[in-house]
Amino acid sequence: MEVAEERLTAATFEELAMPLFDQLYNFAHWLAQDRTEAEDLVQETYVKALKGFSSFQEGTNFRAWMYRILRNTFLTSRTGLKASATVALDSEDTLELPAGPETPETILIEHSNHQLLQTAIEALPLHFREIVLLCEVEEMSYQEIAETLSIPMGTVMSRLSRARKALRESLQQKLVRT
Amino acid sequence: MVDHCTAKLETYLDGELSANEMRDVDAHLRGCPSCAADLLSQLQLKRAVHSAGKRYSASPDFRERVRKSIATTRRPSPIRLWLGATAAVALLFVAGLVSWSVRQQQLQRQQAFSEVADLHVATLASVNPVDVISTDRHTVKPWFQGKIPFTFNLPELSNSGFTLIGGRVTYLGQTPGAELIYQIRKHQISVFIFPDRAVGHDLGSSSWSQKELAFNIESWDQDGLRYFLIGDASSSDIRNLEDMLKKAS
Repeated sequence: MEVAEERLTAATFEELAMPLFDQLYNFAHWLAQDRTEAEDLVQETYVKALKGFSSFQEGTNFRAWMYRILRNTFLTSRTGLKASATVALDSEDTLELPAGPETPETILIEHSNHQLLQTAIEALPLHFREIVLLCEVEEMSYQEIAETLSIPMGTVMSRLSRARKALRESLQQKLVRT
Repeated sequence: MVDHCTAKLETYLDGELSANEMRDVDAHLRGCPSCAADLLSQLQLKRAVHSAGKRYSASPDFRERVRKSIATTRRPSPIRLWLGATAAVALLFVAGLVSWSVRQQQLQRQQAFSEVADLHVATLASVNPVDVISTDRHTVKPWFQGKIPFTFNLPELSNSGFTLIGGRVTYLGQTPGAELIYQIRKHQISVFIFPDRAVGHDLGSSSWSQKELAFNIESWDQDGLRYFLIGDASSSDIRNLEDMLKKAS
């Protein structure tokens, strides 16, 4: 009986986790910015998640749970420690933001310059990069993002807003140079 | 356009406003070109990031590797599999050996019973079924001296219903043995006594009973001798004679 339950759990995990594989890998690559590291990150995430699957509470958000494991794994890696060490987070989250300059999205879209946008995303500090990706690419709700990043909803909204502003500024600078 | 409007528009685009707030923003956008332009700009960036963000894809090999890694965790390890397979093979081998051994014993027993049944039938059909005719065990037993390479005891039959008819030398597997003829009512029973080697050690020391050609047969091993009782008498008569022979030995 115990074995049967164990097998059922493992089979259930595979059914839930493998459909997330592509997006988890994409997110991991964005975080680590290196293919080998991304692969290690994803591999470790799946192994950790399977081991801890019994502690996953049914009814809670599995996707957010997987992303949280991946992100925590990244943050404790050498690259992650380096990236997160350059960021001051929560003290800035509640600050009012000054008005930014008009953004050049139209020009960007007209040029279809994905590479420029990708470079700008890459250049974002880790805490901005991840929240932009979770919202825009993974299309997570604020609630899911809050669960993934283990931060309050209010912080999600303010950090997301500042991340977008930083991205617009970065793009404008790059467009001015080109 | 002011900052709080920008933040509100972001939330609006993210679909995180309540229905009432959405209606308010909709109404505001219709009368505010600046916010409408900002919304368009944000929407374009949102779509561009969505598209540009889907940048990396894993190789199929890596995907398969991950899938296997979570699949192997729930399956027995290769060592456990190997041990399991070895144990299964060993078990099959032992089971096969036991089965073969049992089958061999059965075959030998069946062969011995068939031969004994043939000998009994031959005796019944013979004009001179016995070489020594006597109801006295003290006559019959000494008659076998020098004719067979062993000796045996015969039971006292008084008031048992059995009568000793006589005896003869017979052979099983080229080994000489004794055949004694008993009678109970109209039924004749042959008692065959052979050295164990005549029937093979694989028969073991257990006792058997069986029917062969509608005859009841009892067989047992005692003091290095193999006894066979065969006849058309009832199985209870056969067993009574068996008990007497066992006690006499």
